[in-house]
Amino acid sequence: MSTNLSTLPTRPTTAVATPRFRALRMPRSPKVIAGSVILLFFAVLAVIGPIIAPFSPTHTDISWVHVIKPTTLFGSSQIVPESPSGAHWLGTTIYANDVLSQLLVSARATVLVGFLAGAAATVLSILVGVTAGYLGGAADDGLSLAANVFLAIPGLPLLIVLASYVPGADGSPVLIALIVAVTGWAFGARVLRAQTLSLRNREFVEAARVSGESTFRIIVFEVLPNLVPIAASSFLFTTLYAIGAYVSLAYLGLAGSDIWNWGLMLMQAQAQSAPASGWWWWWAPPGVCIALLGCGLALLNFGMDEFINPRLRDAGLSRKDARRAGLRRRPRLGFTPVMRRAEMPVPVMSTAVQLARESGTAGTRP
Amino acid sequence: MLVLVRRLGFYLLAAWVALTVNFFLPRLVPGNPVATAIGHLTFVNAQVVAAIKAQFGIGINESIWIQYVHYLGDLLHGNLGVSWGNSFEPVTNLLGAALPWTLGLLGVATVVSFLLGTLIGVALGWFRGSWLDWLLPGATFFQAIPYFFLGTVLLMLFATGLHWFPISQGYQTTGISSVEPGLNGAYILSLIDHGVLPASTIVLTSIAGWMMGMRNMMVITMDEDFVLVARAKGLSPGRVVWYAARNAVLPSVANFSLAISLVVAGQLLVEIVFSYPGIGYLLFHAVTNQDYPMVQGIFLVITLVVLAANFLADLVYVALDPRARQVA
Amino acid sequence: MSALDPPVQSMVPAAVPVTAVPPADPVLEIRGLCVDYGFGDDAVHAVTGCDLTLRRGEVMGLAGESGSGKSTLAMAAIRLLRAPAVITAGEVLFHSKPIGGGPERTVDLLAAPDRELRSVRWSEIAVVLQSALSALNPVATIGAQFDDVLHAHRRSLARSERRDRSAELLEMVGMNADRLRSFPHELSGGMRQRAMIAMALALEPQVLILDEPTTALDVVTQREILGELMGLRNRLGFSALFITHDLSLLVELADEITVMYAGRLMERAPAVSLFRSPRLPYTHGLLNCFPPMHGARRPMAGIAGSPPNLRAVPPGCAFHPRCEWAVDRCRHDVPALRPIGGSHREVACWLHEGAGVVPPELSLPDPATTPARGPGTVIANAGAGL
Repeated sequence: MSTNLSTLPTRPTTAVATPRFRALRMPRSPKVIAGSVILLFFAVLAVIGPIIAPFSPTHTDISWVHVIKPTTLFGSSQIVPESPSGAHWLGTTIYANDVLSQLLVSARATVLVGFLAGAAATVLSILVGVTAGYLGGAADDGLSLAANVFLAIPGLPLLIVLASYVPGADGSPVLIALIVAVTGWAFGARVLRAQTLSLRNREFVEAARVSGESTFRIIVFEVLPNLVPIAASSFLFTTLYAIGAYVSLAYLGLAGSDIWNWGLMLMQAQAQSAPASGWWWWWAPPGVCIALLGCGLALLNFGMDEFINPRLRDAGLSRKDARRAGLRRRPRLGFTPVMRRAEMPVPVMSTAVQLARESGTAGTRP
Repeated sequence: MLVLVRRLGFYLLAAWVALTVNFFLPRLVPGNPVATAIGHLTFVNAQVVAAIKAQFGIGINESIWIQYVHYLGDLLHGNLGVSWGNSFEPVTNLLGAALPWTLGLLGVATVVSFLLGTLIGVALGWFRGSWLDWLLPGATFFQAIPYFFLGTVLLMLFATGLHWFPISQGYQTTGISSVEPGLNGAYILSLIDHGVLPASTIVLTSIAGWMMGMRNMMVITMDEDFVLVARAKGLSPGRVVWYAARNAVLPSVANFSLAISLVVAGQLLVEIVFSYPGIGYLLFHAVTNQDYPMVQGIFLVITLVVLAANFLADLVYVALDPRARQVA
Repeated sequence: MSALDPPVQSMVPAAVPVTAVPPADPVLEIRGLCVDYGFGDDAVHAVTGCDLTLRRGEVMGLAGESGSGKSTLAMAAIRLLRAPAVITAGEVLFHSKPIGGGPERTVDLLAAPDRELRSVRWSEIAVVLQSALSALNPVATIGAQFDDVLHAHRRSLARSERRDRSAELLEMVGMNADRLRSFPHELSGGMRQRAMIAMALALEPQVLILDEPTTALDVVTQREILGELMGLRNRLGFSALFITHDLSLLVELADEITVMYAGRLMERAPAVSLFRSPRLPYTHGLLNCFPPMHGARRPMAGIAGSPPNLRAVPPGCAFHPRCEWAVDRCRHDVPALRPIGGSHREVACWLHEGAGVVPPELSLPDPATTPARGPGTVIANAGAGL
């Protein structure tokens, strides 16, 4: 509503619209807390996972030979993996490798590729987006066109083509992360360009320009700090995409078999028909880990969205809040709730009190 | 309709970029992997090898630009080379057989996911703060699961576990209940039966995006004056929701290009899980067999499909938003 | 563009105070209205204990600075405030006497069920907001939006009748009926606001709430539209609650003016009285913001300081930190609106209750009670002041 209530403190203003360093104050919503805890957990796992893994991911348990069961179909014997036990908390694979160890070791590459690709793509999108948005003109036209073309070309097929041609991609997580970044920067660039475009004409940028600061200084000290929330959001989004892309590549067998990651585990399990054979302990844990990590990123991203666009926050709107305040139902748009307070809340004095006061203290003009 | 002409021009440009990348990539990367792969081929006649070498510019004395012109000419004639993972059949034939499956599944799943997600998003936005909010964490979780993993889970539960749905294939091809493709009831039922799980996988993973997007836009749109004015006009509640939803859906349609890329990627993997006879299944075999002509053909076809879908979305957008009809 | 009534002249009769005629019966009565933003301890009291009566066929001006609660008060009366606003006390009585004839009845809008509120909205009480661009649905044609209103409230009208009526309404505000096929973004700012006004009058409402309807427009368009609006009022006989921060505008339009500050009503008087002889230091300050074109030169004082933060309203009279005549009492006790110099005007100020010496600026002769001064001069001045 464009009434004059904009000066009321309860009406949120757009965070991005407010110049300068408001960027780093995150709201403490349950979503953000849950997301941060999950991300922290996996970050720690990525560091210590390979260290605390009880076995090497390729260590073959020699007791495995006992787990040979006859199958009914052809009357022959079939090798089956060991289900979870005290020795192998998450059981073993069909190759008698410890699933828990593989899971722990795989955390590092999966998380690393995700965050590296997210970071590289964000750097790329800031470079392109801010340059295009700030410079405008032909540079903007060209860069925007490039971003839009990259956005229109489907990511995964391009990724597969790139990964299958770039030599050494199947052995190097860093190389894969860079390839993923190349296919994932365009979205962030478009969003950042739009925001830079609107920042460019703000007073504080104008002031810096008039006072003769160099373009580089203006971009670094005036524009970039205000892009932090959006860049962070696009980082989270791209990281989510990157993890999905890496795991998919590995699942297709395009990420090699030397670097352990959750996609590789899923690929091996699928190749040995683990899901169809009921060996859930083999294929379920890596999938759940990917889903959890993705959830953490998505939750944090929602929190970020609410930070960037405060209208998305529910400001005392939930039914819980309403009930706590004594409202019978959730406030609805266009039907302002009427909640009569039992006592008159307003300190308007009764006439009697006023009369009493008047007779006593009649001030004079200073 | 200048707007649409411009969009069409943009998609043509994007398509040109894609097929140019397709051409130059094998020629520019150091140590052409195709050359190595050809060495591993067995039972190949010299003619096929020569064709492959010509296609990828191996040991050819022509300049790269002449090769490029030949390449474009071949594309115009629908010649994408032969697939060496599949008894040297032309890639075009294989893709032609697989494409209807992929398009059918993609179309149905995308439309269902978009409509359902948008409807739920409208409800989530309108009834913000109600019990419906509990859908959000659940949707987030599904969104974060990789497509092929969710596909596997569904396959486990409903196909191998409960036997409600078949495990693989696009329709029943073997056994006593095998059906003959064509316009007969049994075939169509079999199609649906085989399509439910793959489609559900795609819908479940992609619906959260539409839901969240629509919910957020509803919340933002409901802050606009014209929705309040709709209330002030004393319109029926349904009409007020319509005012908001009709406007809130626009960004969803505008963001379709981003979403469709992700959905297509997911669909390719889902087809692998369900051995669905679409392009994803071809892709899996192509990648496993280092079948480069096939990989390239798939990339091109998928790109064209996505660009076409984007153009469709643009048509819808222009139909929905009168402001988009003006040329900026 | 304005083929209608000549704008300025038609305004004049509206501003003449009608003291001789007994006051018309009330159409909208707001009693003890309190509005909070937020719940519990965090609540901000945006409107506190306001009583306001809009009489049939009259224009009530509601003036104040940004954040004074004037829009909040008006929008709360028809329960159109967004969350987290909560109405915490009061009643809003709408005495319906349909212009086209029909049963008379009284509705408490704050207690009415949704269905009843919906039927009153627009058909009896319509709203025009500041920005027509944001008030019009951007993806629907003007015609479709007229149709929506007519369809919702006049079930018996056929499609063609609705279309004819819409065309007639557009022509009434000086627009071509072709414009029904236009989308809002295809119209100029003035056209949009005209269309909005036509839409507001589509069902011949008894009350029109105008929330800064011309603030977003340039001065020329503003005057054209206000002229048309007053012409329409004379023809159609609706009452209007006109909200603005521009006091000089109200002097021409309004029969009565109420001044708000920090969520409370501070002064209510016939337009001419308020303009000519303000009794409230705040009103005096507001009037001093506009330079007179004619007459004696006087210092432009304006008002020092800034409007209060509603989270921390000063104790006592909320205006006292900015008031040059504030006395001790103003710092401790909240003044209530009291009649002064007869029943036609009220003011909430301790100075007029013997708490201090009333300065000469606040005791100018009231033109409503001293007929020697004709209101015509005021109008001339005020008109020129723009």
